[in-house]
Amino acid sequence: MIEILKEFGPNFLWSDGYRWSGLSVTLWLLVTSAIIGLAAAIPLALVRTYGNRWLALPVQLYTLVFRGTPLFVQLLIIYSGLASLSLIRESPSLWWFFRDGMHCVILALALNTCAYTVEILAGVLRTTPRGEIEAALALGMTRRQLFVLVLIPSMLRRALPAYSNEVIFVLHATAIAFTATVPDILKIAADVNAATFKTFQAYGIAALLYMLLACALVGVFRLAERRLLAYQR
Amino acid sequence: MFLEGYGYLIFQGAWLTVQVATWAACVAIVLGLLGALAKLSPVAPLRLVATVYTTLVRSVPDLVLMLLIYYSAQIGINQIAQAFGRESLQLNPYGTAIGTLGFIYGAYCAETFRGAFRAIPFGQLEAARAYGMSHWQVLRRIRLPQMMRFALPGIGNIWQVLLKSAGLISLLGLNDMVQVAKQAGNATSRQMFFYLVIAAIFLAFAILSSLALKHLERRYSIEPQRSV
Repeated sequence: MIEILKEFGPNFLWSDGYRWSGLSVTLWLLVTSAIIGLAAAIPLALVRTYGNRWLALPVQLYTLVFRGTPLFVQLLIIYSGLASLSLIRESPSLWWFFRDGMHCVILALALNTCAYTVEILAGVLRTTPRGEIEAALALGMTRRQLFVLVLIPSMLRRALPAYSNEVIFVLHATAIAFTATVPDILKIAADVNAATFKTFQAYGIAALLYMLLACALVGVFRLAERRLLAYQR
Repeated sequence: MFLEGYGYLIFQGAWLTVQVATWAACVAIVLGLLGALAKLSPVAPLRLVATVYTTLVRSVPDLVLMLLIYYSAQIGINQIAQAFGRESLQLNPYGTAIGTLGFIYGAYCAETFRGAFRAIPFGQLEAARAYGMSHWQVLRRIRLPQMMRFALPGIGNIWQVLLKSAGLISLLGLNDMVQVAKQAGNATSRQMFFYLVIAAIFLAFAILSSLALKHLERRYSIEPQRSV
Protein backbone atom coordinates (compact mmCIF):
# COMPACT_ATOMS: atom_id res chain seq x y z
CA MET A 1 0.00 0.00 0.00
CA ILE A 2 2.77 2.45 1.04
CA GLU A 3 4.84 1.54 -2.03
CA ILE A 4 1.87 2.09 -4.32
CA LEU A 5 1.20 5.45 -2.71
CA LYS A 6 4.87 6.43 -3.06
CA GLU A 7 5.02 5.43 -6.69
CA PHE A 8 1.55 6.44 -7.88
CA GLY A 9 0.52 9.09 -5.34
CA PRO A 10 0.98 12.01 -7.77
CA ASN A 11 -0.95 10.11 -10.48
CA PHE A 12 -3.85 9.60 -8.10
CA LEU A 13 -3.89 13.24 -7.05
CA TRP A 14 -2.87 15.60 -9.82
CA SER A 15 -0.70 14.40 -12.72
CA ASP A 16 0.55 11.27 -14.44
CA GLY A 17 3.63 13.06 -15.77
CA TYR A 18 2.36 14.74 -18.91
CA ARG A 19 -1.28 15.64 -18.23
CA TRP A 20 -3.72 16.24 -15.38
CA SER A 21 -5.01 13.03 -13.82
CA GLY A 22 -6.74 11.50 -10.83
CA LEU A 23 -8.37 13.69 -8.23
CA SER A 24 -7.94 16.94 -10.17
CA VAL A 25 -9.71 15.50 -13.24
CA THR A 26 -12.54 14.07 -11.12
CA LEU A 27 -13.00 17.48 -9.46
CA TRP A 28 -12.95 19.23 -12.83
CA LEU A 29 -15.63 16.86 -14.17
CA LEU A 30 -17.73 17.37 -11.04
CA VAL A 31 -17.52 21.17 -10.99
CA THR A 32 -18.06 21.82 -14.70
CA SER A 33 -20.91 19.37 -15.15
CA ALA A 34 -22.65 20.44 -11.93
CA ILE A 35 -22.44 24.14 -12.87
CA ILE A 36 -23.64 23.59 -16.45
CA GLY A 37 -26.39 21.25 -15.23
CA LEU A 38 -27.63 23.68 -12.57
CA ALA A 39 -27.50 26.69 -14.90
CA ALA A 40 -29.61 24.87 -17.47
CA ALA A 41 -31.94 23.38 -14.86
CA ILE A 42 -33.12 26.71 -13.40
CA PRO A 43 -34.93 27.99 -16.54
CA LEU A 44 -36.14 24.46 -17.40
CA ALA A 45 -37.64 24.03 -13.92
CA LEU A 46 -39.48 27.34 -14.26
CA VAL A 47 -40.79 26.28 -17.69
CA ARG A 48 -41.79 22.87 -16.37
CA THR A 49 -43.77 24.43 -13.49
CA TYR A 50 -45.14 27.71 -14.89
CA GLY A 51 -44.82 27.32 -18.67
CA ASN A 52 -47.76 26.43 -20.89
CA ARG A 53 -48.37 22.83 -21.80
CA TRP A 54 -46.47 22.89 -25.12
CA LEU A 55 -43.35 24.18 -23.39
CA ALA A 56 -43.63 22.03 -20.26
CA LEU A 57 -44.23 18.77 -22.11
CA PRO A 58 -40.83 18.59 -23.89
CA VAL A 59 -39.09 19.35 -20.58
CA GLN A 60 -41.02 16.54 -18.92
CA LEU A 61 -40.10 14.20 -21.76
CA TYR A 62 -36.43 15.19 -21.43
CA THR A 63 -36.33 14.48 -17.69
CA LEU A 64 -38.18 11.19 -18.19
CA VAL A 65 -35.73 9.94 -20.81
CA PHE A 66 -32.56 11.06 -19.04
CA ARG A 67 -33.69 9.79 -15.63
CA GLY A 68 -35.02 6.54 -17.04
CA THR A 69 -31.88 5.39 -18.86
CA PRO A 70 -28.48 4.58 -17.35
CA LEU A 71 -25.81 7.28 -17.55
CA PHE A 72 -23.47 4.64 -18.98
CA VAL A 73 -25.74 4.13 -21.99
CA GLN A 74 -26.11 7.90 -22.42
CA LEU A 75 -22.33 8.22 -22.47
CA LEU A 76 -22.04 5.37 -24.97
CA ILE A 77 -24.53 7.13 -27.24
CA ILE A 78 -22.68 10.45 -27.01
CA TYR A 79 -19.14 9.05 -27.13
CA SER A 80 -19.32 6.03 -29.46
CA GLY A 81 -22.76 6.42 -31.04
CA LEU A 82 -22.39 9.95 -32.34
CA ALA A 83 -18.84 9.28 -33.48
CA SER A 84 -20.13 6.53 -35.77
CA LEU A 85 -22.40 8.95 -37.67
CA SER A 86 -20.92 10.37 -40.84
CA LEU A 87 -22.78 13.62 -40.21
CA ILE A 88 -20.62 14.23 -37.13
CA ARG A 89 -17.39 12.95 -38.67
CA GLU A 90 -17.68 15.21 -41.71
CA SER A 91 -18.29 18.44 -39.78
CA PRO A 92 -14.93 19.70 -38.44
CA SER A 93 -16.29 21.56 -35.41
CA LEU A 94 -18.65 18.78 -34.33
CA TRP A 95 -15.93 16.18 -34.84
CA TRP A 96 -13.49 18.28 -32.80
CA PHE A 97 -16.00 18.30 -29.95
CA PHE A 98 -17.16 14.68 -29.98
CA ARG A 99 -13.72 13.19 -30.66
CA ASP A 100 -12.55 14.17 -27.16
CA GLY A 101 -13.63 11.83 -24.36
CA MET A 102 -13.51 14.67 -21.82
CA HIS A 103 -16.05 16.77 -23.77
CA CYS A 104 -18.36 13.78 -24.14
CA VAL A 105 -18.20 12.89 -20.44
CA ILE A 106 -18.93 16.47 -19.35
CA LEU A 107 -21.82 16.71 -21.82
CA ALA A 108 -23.30 13.38 -20.66
CA LEU A 109 -22.88 14.24 -16.96
CA ALA A 110 -24.34 17.73 -17.43
CA LEU A 111 -27.38 16.47 -19.38
CA ASN A 112 -27.93 13.75 -16.79
CA THR A 113 -27.63 15.89 -13.66
CA CYS A 114 -29.67 18.66 -15.31
CA ALA A 115 -32.61 16.24 -15.70
CA TYR A 116 -32.52 15.26 -12.02
CA THR A 117 -32.00 18.88 -10.91
CA VAL A 118 -35.01 20.06 -12.95
CA GLU A 119 -37.19 17.60 -11.03
CA ILE A 120 -35.71 18.67 -7.66
CA LEU A 121 -36.22 22.39 -8.41
CA ALA A 122 -39.71 21.85 -9.84
CA GLY A 123 -40.69 19.90 -6.73
CA VAL A 124 -39.44 22.74 -4.52
CA LEU A 125 -41.21 25.38 -6.65
CA ARG A 126 -44.52 23.59 -6.23
CA THR A 127 -44.19 23.90 -2.45
CA THR A 128 -43.39 27.63 -2.42
CA PRO A 129 -45.24 29.02 0.62
CA ARG A 130 -48.27 30.97 -0.63
CA GLY A 131 -47.42 33.77 1.80
CA GLU A 132 -44.19 34.57 -0.06
CA ILE A 133 -46.06 35.06 -3.35
CA GLU A 134 -48.91 37.00 -1.74
CA ALA A 135 -46.46 39.29 0.05
CA ALA A 136 -44.65 39.97 -3.24
CA LEU A 137 -47.92 40.80 -5.00
CA ALA A 138 -49.06 42.97 -2.08
CA LEU A 139 -45.86 44.97 -2.45
CA GLY A 140 -46.83 45.61 -6.05
CA MET A 141 -44.04 43.59 -7.64
CA THR A 142 -44.26 42.91 -11.34
CA ARG A 143 -44.26 39.33 -12.58
CA ARG A 144 -40.60 39.66 -13.51
CA GLN A 145 -39.70 40.99 -10.07
CA LEU A 146 -41.71 38.21 -8.46
CA PHE A 147 -39.61 35.60 -10.25
CA VAL A 148 -36.20 37.25 -9.90
CA LEU A 149 -36.50 38.56 -6.35
CA VAL A 150 -38.74 35.99 -4.68
CA LEU A 151 -39.39 32.69 -6.46
CA ILE A 152 -35.92 31.87 -7.78
CA PRO A 153 -33.91 32.76 -4.62
CA SER A 154 -36.45 30.96 -2.44
CA MET A 155 -36.34 27.93 -4.73
CA LEU A 156 -32.53 27.75 -4.69
CA ARG A 157 -32.36 28.01 -0.91
CA ARG A 158 -35.00 25.41 -0.19
CA ALA A 159 -33.61 23.02 -2.81
CA LEU A 160 -30.23 22.90 -1.05
CA PRO A 161 -30.71 19.71 1.02
CA ALA A 162 -31.94 17.70 -1.98
CA TYR A 163 -29.41 19.31 -4.30
CA SER A 164 -26.51 18.37 -2.03
CA ASN A 165 -27.53 14.73 -2.48
CA GLU A 166 -27.59 15.23 -6.23
CA VAL A 167 -24.05 16.66 -6.19
CA ILE A 168 -22.83 13.58 -4.30
CA PHE A 169 -24.49 11.45 -6.98
CA VAL A 170 -22.71 13.45 -9.69
CA LEU A 171 -19.42 12.78 -7.90
CA HIS A 172 -20.24 9.08 -7.95
CA ALA A 173 -21.32 9.32 -11.56
CA THR A 174 -17.98 10.85 -12.64
CA ALA A 175 -16.43 7.39 -12.09
CA ILE A 176 -17.98 6.39 -15.42
CA ALA A 177 -15.49 8.75 -17.16
CA PHE A 178 -12.79 6.10 -17.26
CA THR A 179 -14.79 4.18 -19.89
CA ALA A 180 -14.22 7.16 -22.22
CA THR A 181 -10.44 7.11 -21.56
CA VAL A 182 -10.57 10.20 -19.31
CA PRO A 183 -7.79 9.84 -16.69
CA ASP A 184 -9.93 10.29 -13.56
CA ILE A 185 -9.34 8.58 -10.20
CA LEU A 186 -10.81 5.26 -11.32
CA LYS A 187 -8.77 5.19 -14.55
CA ILE A 188 -5.58 5.62 -12.50
CA ALA A 189 -6.72 2.81 -10.19
CA ALA A 190 -7.29 0.54 -13.19
CA ASP A 191 -3.84 1.45 -14.57
CA VAL A 192 -2.19 0.80 -11.19
CA ASN A 193 -4.03 -2.53 -10.99
CA ALA A 194 -2.76 -3.47 -14.44
CA ALA A 195 0.80 -2.43 -13.54
CA THR A 196 1.09 -4.02 -10.09
CA PHE A 197 -1.66 -6.70 -9.92
CA LYS A 198 -2.50 -5.33 -6.45
CA THR A 199 -6.23 -5.12 -7.16
CA PHE A 200 -7.52 -4.49 -3.67
CA GLN A 201 -4.98 -1.77 -2.88
CA ALA A 202 -5.37 -0.01 -6.25
CA TYR A 203 -9.17 0.19 -6.12
CA GLY A 204 -9.10 0.65 -2.35
CA ILE A 205 -7.10 3.88 -2.69
CA ALA A 206 -9.60 5.09 -5.29
CA ALA A 207 -12.52 4.23 -2.99
CA LEU A 208 -10.83 6.10 -0.14
CA LEU A 209 -10.31 9.21 -2.29
CA TYR A 210 -13.97 9.22 -3.39
CA MET A 211 -15.01 8.76 0.23
CA LEU A 212 -12.94 11.73 1.39
CA LEU A 213 -14.34 13.86 -1.44
CA ALA A 214 -17.90 12.87 -0.54
CA CYS A 215 -17.29 13.73 3.13
CA ALA A 216 -15.82 17.10 2.17
CA LEU A 217 -18.84 17.86 -0.03
CA VAL A 218 -21.24 16.91 2.77
CA GLY A 219 -19.36 19.25 5.10
CA VAL A 220 -19.42 22.16 2.64
CA PHE A 221 -23.14 21.74 1.99
CA ARG A 222 -23.88 21.51 5.71
CA LEU A 223 -22.14 24.87 6.24
CA ALA A 224 -24.01 26.38 3.29
CA GLU A 225 -27.32 25.08 4.63
CA ARG A 226 -26.65 26.56 8.03
CA ARG A 227 -26.11 29.98 6.43
CA LEU A 228 -28.70 29.97 3.66
CA LEU A 229 -31.49 28.20 5.53
CA ALA A 230 -30.87 30.06 8.80
CA TYR A 231 -34.36 31.59 8.60
CA GLN A 232 -35.94 28.15 8.95
CA ARG A 233 -34.44 27.46 12.35
CA MET B 1 -33.99 -9.19 -40.44
CA PHE B 2 -35.10 -7.91 -37.03
CA LEU B 3 -32.31 -5.73 -35.54
CA GLU B 4 -29.91 -7.07 -38.19
CA GLY B 5 -30.18 -10.56 -36.72
CA TYR B 6 -29.15 -9.40 -33.26
CA GLY B 7 -32.73 -9.30 -31.93
CA TYR B 8 -32.53 -12.58 -30.09
CA LEU B 9 -29.10 -11.81 -28.57
CA ILE B 10 -30.32 -8.44 -27.31
CA PHE B 11 -33.41 -10.11 -25.88
CA GLN B 12 -31.17 -12.61 -24.07
CA GLY B 13 -28.99 -9.77 -22.79
CA ALA B 14 -32.03 -7.83 -21.55
CA TRP B 15 -33.31 -10.92 -19.77
CA LEU B 16 -29.90 -11.35 -18.12
CA THR B 17 -29.94 -7.71 -16.97
CA VAL B 18 -33.41 -8.15 -15.45
CA GLN B 19 -32.38 -11.37 -13.71
CA VAL B 20 -29.22 -9.86 -12.24
CA ALA B 21 -31.13 -6.76 -11.08
CA THR B 22 -33.94 -8.83 -9.53
CA TRP B 23 -31.66 -11.19 -7.62
CA ALA B 24 -29.47 -8.28 -6.52
CA ALA B 25 -32.59 -6.53 -5.23
CA CYS B 26 -33.48 -9.64 -3.18
CA VAL B 27 -29.97 -9.71 -1.67
CA ALA B 28 -30.16 -5.96 -1.02
CA ILE B 29 -33.53 -6.23 0.76
CA VAL B 30 -32.29 -9.03 3.03
CA LEU B 31 -29.07 -7.15 3.81
CA GLY B 32 -31.04 -3.94 4.24
CA LEU B 33 -33.42 -5.55 6.76
CA LEU B 34 -30.51 -7.02 8.71
CA GLY B 35 -28.68 -3.70 8.57
CA ALA B 36 -31.71 -1.71 9.73
CA LEU B 37 -32.42 -4.12 12.61
CA ALA B 38 -28.74 -3.99 13.59
CA LYS B 39 -28.77 -0.19 13.50
CA LEU B 40 -31.82 -0.11 15.79
CA SER B 41 -30.65 -2.91 18.08
CA PRO B 42 -29.65 -2.23 21.69
CA VAL B 43 -26.34 -4.08 21.15
CA ALA B 44 -23.63 -1.46 20.56
CA PRO B 45 -21.19 -3.56 18.44
CA LEU B 46 -24.01 -4.50 16.05
CA ARG B 47 -24.92 -0.83 15.67
CA LEU B 48 -21.30 0.03 14.97
CA VAL B 49 -20.89 -2.65 12.29
CA ALA B 50 -24.12 -1.59 10.55
CA THR B 51 -23.20 2.10 10.69
CA VAL B 52 -19.75 1.44 9.23
CA TYR B 53 -21.34 -0.68 6.47
CA THR B 54 -23.93 1.90 5.41
CA THR B 55 -21.58 4.88 5.67
CA LEU B 56 -18.65 3.33 3.83
CA VAL B 57 -20.70 1.82 1.03
CA ARG B 58 -22.84 4.90 0.43
CA SER B 59 -19.87 7.26 0.21
CA VAL B 60 -18.07 5.36 -2.59
CA PRO B 61 -19.31 5.26 -6.21
CA ASP B 62 -21.08 2.00 -7.08
CA LEU B 63 -18.80 1.43 -10.08
CA VAL B 64 -15.64 1.69 -7.93
CA LEU B 65 -17.09 -0.73 -5.36
CA MET B 66 -18.18 -3.12 -8.11
CA LEU B 67 -14.66 -3.29 -9.56
CA LEU B 68 -13.11 -3.44 -6.09
CA ILE B 69 -15.30 -6.25 -4.76
CA TYR B 70 -15.67 -8.19 -8.00
CA TYR B 71 -11.97 -8.47 -8.70
CA SER B 72 -10.79 -8.70 -5.08
CA ALA B 73 -13.26 -11.41 -4.06
CA GLN B 74 -11.63 -14.05 -6.26
CA ILE B 75 -8.12 -13.06 -5.16
CA GLY B 76 -9.19 -13.14 -1.52
CA ILE B 77 -10.73 -16.57 -1.88
CA ASN B 78 -7.60 -17.86 -3.60
CA GLN B 79 -5.43 -16.54 -0.76
CA ILE B 80 -7.66 -18.02 1.93
CA ALA B 81 -7.69 -21.36 0.13
CA GLN B 82 -3.93 -21.25 -0.19
CA ALA B 83 -3.50 -20.48 3.51
CA PHE B 84 -5.51 -23.60 4.38
CA GLY B 85 -3.80 -25.63 1.68
CA ARG B 86 -7.08 -26.34 -0.12
CA GLU B 87 -8.07 -26.23 -3.77
CA SER B 88 -9.46 -22.75 -4.51
CA LEU B 89 -13.00 -22.51 -5.82
CA GLN B 90 -13.83 -20.51 -8.90
CA LEU B 91 -16.45 -17.83 -8.30
CA ASN B 92 -19.38 -17.75 -10.69
CA PRO B 93 -19.22 -14.33 -12.40
CA TYR B 94 -23.00 -13.86 -12.40
CA GLY B 95 -23.27 -14.80 -8.74
CA THR B 96 -20.44 -12.43 -7.86
CA ALA B 97 -22.04 -9.57 -9.81
CA ILE B 98 -25.37 -10.21 -8.04
CA GLY B 99 -23.66 -10.37 -4.64
CA THR B 100 -21.71 -7.19 -5.31
CA LEU B 101 -24.73 -5.17 -6.47
CA GLY B 102 -26.78 -6.57 -3.57
CA PHE B 103 -24.08 -5.63 -1.08
CA ILE B 104 -23.92 -2.05 -2.40
CA TYR B 105 -27.67 -1.42 -2.53
CA GLY B 106 -28.20 -3.24 0.78
CA ALA B 107 -26.58 -0.23 2.43
CA TYR B 108 -29.08 2.15 0.80
CA CYS B 109 -31.95 -0.19 1.72
CA ALA B 110 -30.79 -0.32 5.35
CA GLU B 111 -31.14 3.45 5.65
CA THR B 112 -34.62 3.38 4.11
CA PHE B 113 -35.78 0.51 6.33
CA ARG B 114 -34.35 2.19 9.42
CA GLY B 115 -36.38 5.32 8.74
CA ALA B 116 -39.47 3.22 8.06
CA PHE B 117 -39.11 1.22 11.29
CA ARG B 118 -38.89 4.47 13.21
CA ALA B 119 -42.00 5.83 11.53
CA ILE B 120 -44.19 3.17 13.19
CA PRO B 121 -46.25 4.84 15.93
CA PHE B 122 -44.80 3.88 19.28
CA GLY B 123 -48.25 3.18 20.74
CA GLN B 124 -48.66 0.18 18.45
CA LEU B 125 -45.50 -1.44 19.81
CA GLU B 126 -46.62 -0.74 23.38
CA ALA B 127 -50.03 -2.21 22.62
CA ALA B 128 -48.45 -5.33 21.12
CA ARG B 129 -46.24 -5.76 24.15
CA ALA B 130 -49.22 -5.20 26.44
CA TYR B 131 -50.91 -8.15 24.71
CA GLY B 132 -47.97 -10.27 25.76
CA MET B 133 -46.47 -10.73 22.29
CA SER B 134 -42.89 -11.94 22.22
CA HIS B 135 -40.14 -9.89 20.62
CA TRP B 136 -40.30 -12.07 17.48
CA GLN B 137 -44.10 -11.82 17.26
CA VAL B 138 -43.97 -8.03 17.49
CA LEU B 139 -41.41 -7.98 14.70
CA ARG B 140 -43.32 -10.35 12.43
CA ARG B 141 -46.89 -9.14 13.02
CA ILE B 142 -46.52 -5.43 13.75
CA ARG B 143 -43.17 -3.99 12.77
CA LEU B 144 -42.42 -5.71 9.43
CA PRO B 145 -45.84 -5.27 7.76
CA GLN B 146 -46.19 -1.68 8.98
CA MET B 147 -42.63 -0.81 8.04
CA MET B 148 -43.11 -2.07 4.46
CA ARG B 149 -45.76 0.56 3.85
CA PHE B 150 -43.45 3.40 4.88
CA ALA B 151 -40.44 1.91 3.10
CA LEU B 152 -42.11 1.26 -0.24
CA PRO B 153 -41.48 4.65 -1.95
CA GLY B 154 -37.81 4.62 -0.88
CA ILE B 155 -37.31 1.00 -1.94
CA GLY B 156 -38.94 1.82 -5.28
CA ASN B 157 -36.38 4.57 -5.87
CA ILE B 158 -33.54 2.23 -4.95
CA TRP B 159 -34.89 -0.36 -7.41
CA GLN B 160 -34.87 2.22 -10.22
CA VAL B 161 -31.24 3.13 -9.43
CA LEU B 162 -30.26 -0.53 -9.12
CA LEU B 163 -31.81 -1.34 -12.49
CA LYS B 164 -29.66 1.34 -14.10
CA SER B 165 -26.55 0.19 -12.20
CA ALA B 166 -27.14 -3.30 -13.59
CA GLY B 167 -26.25 -1.73 -16.94
CA LEU B 168 -22.67 -1.50 -15.67
CA ILE B 169 -22.11 -5.27 -15.37
CA SER B 170 -20.78 -5.35 -18.93
CA LEU B 171 -17.70 -3.59 -17.49
CA LEU B 172 -17.14 -6.71 -15.36
CA GLY B 173 -17.09 -8.78 -18.55
CA LEU B 174 -20.62 -10.15 -18.35
CA ASN B 175 -22.61 -10.60 -21.53
CA ASP B 176 -25.55 -8.32 -20.76
CA MET B 177 -27.47 -6.25 -23.27
CA VAL B 178 -25.00 -3.36 -23.18
CA GLN B 179 -22.23 -5.78 -24.13
CA VAL B 180 -24.36 -7.29 -26.92
CA ALA B 181 -25.18 -3.81 -28.24
CA LYS B 182 -21.48 -2.91 -28.24
CA GLN B 183 -20.60 -6.04 -30.22
CA ALA B 184 -23.52 -5.64 -32.61
CA GLY B 185 -22.69 -1.98 -33.15
CA ASN B 186 -19.04 -2.67 -33.87
CA ALA B 187 -19.88 -5.56 -36.21
CA THR B 188 -22.39 -3.55 -38.26
CA SER B 189 -20.89 -0.03 -37.77
CA ARG B 190 -24.30 1.09 -36.55
CA GLN B 191 -23.38 1.87 -32.93
CA MET B 192 -25.89 4.71 -32.64
CA PHE B 193 -28.80 2.50 -33.63
CA PHE B 194 -28.01 -0.30 -31.18
CA TYR B 195 -27.30 2.04 -28.27
CA LEU B 196 -30.63 3.78 -28.89
CA VAL B 197 -32.34 0.38 -28.88
CA ILE B 198 -30.96 -0.57 -25.45
CA ALA B 199 -31.67 2.92 -24.12
CA ALA B 200 -35.29 2.39 -25.17
CA ILE B 201 -35.35 -1.01 -23.42
CA PHE B 202 -33.98 0.53 -20.20
CA LEU B 203 -36.57 3.31 -20.46
CA ALA B 204 -39.34 0.74 -20.90
CA PHE B 205 -38.12 -1.14 -17.81
CA ALA B 206 -38.09 2.11 -15.82
CA ILE B 207 -41.62 3.09 -16.89
CA LEU B 208 -42.98 -0.42 -16.22
CA SER B 209 -41.35 -0.44 -12.78
CA SER B 210 -42.78 2.92 -11.87
CA LEU B 211 -46.27 1.80 -12.90
CA ALA B 212 -45.93 -1.38 -10.84
CA LEU B 213 -44.63 0.59 -7.87
CA LYS B 214 -47.53 3.04 -8.05
CA HIS B 215 -49.92 0.09 -8.00
CA LEU B 216 -48.14 -1.45 -4.99
CA GLU B 217 -48.11 1.85 -3.12
CA ARG B 218 -51.83 2.28 -3.65
CA ARG B 219 -52.38 -1.23 -2.32
CA TYR B 220 -50.25 -0.74 0.76
CA SER B 221 -51.65 2.67 1.66
CA ILE B 222 -55.31 1.59 1.75
CA GLU B 223 -55.78 2.26 5.43
CA PRO B 224 -54.23 5.75 5.68
CA GLN B 225 -56.33 6.90 2.70
CA ARG B 226 -59.53 5.75 4.36
CA SER B 227 -58.75 7.64 7.53
CA VAL B 228 -58.42 10.97 5.71
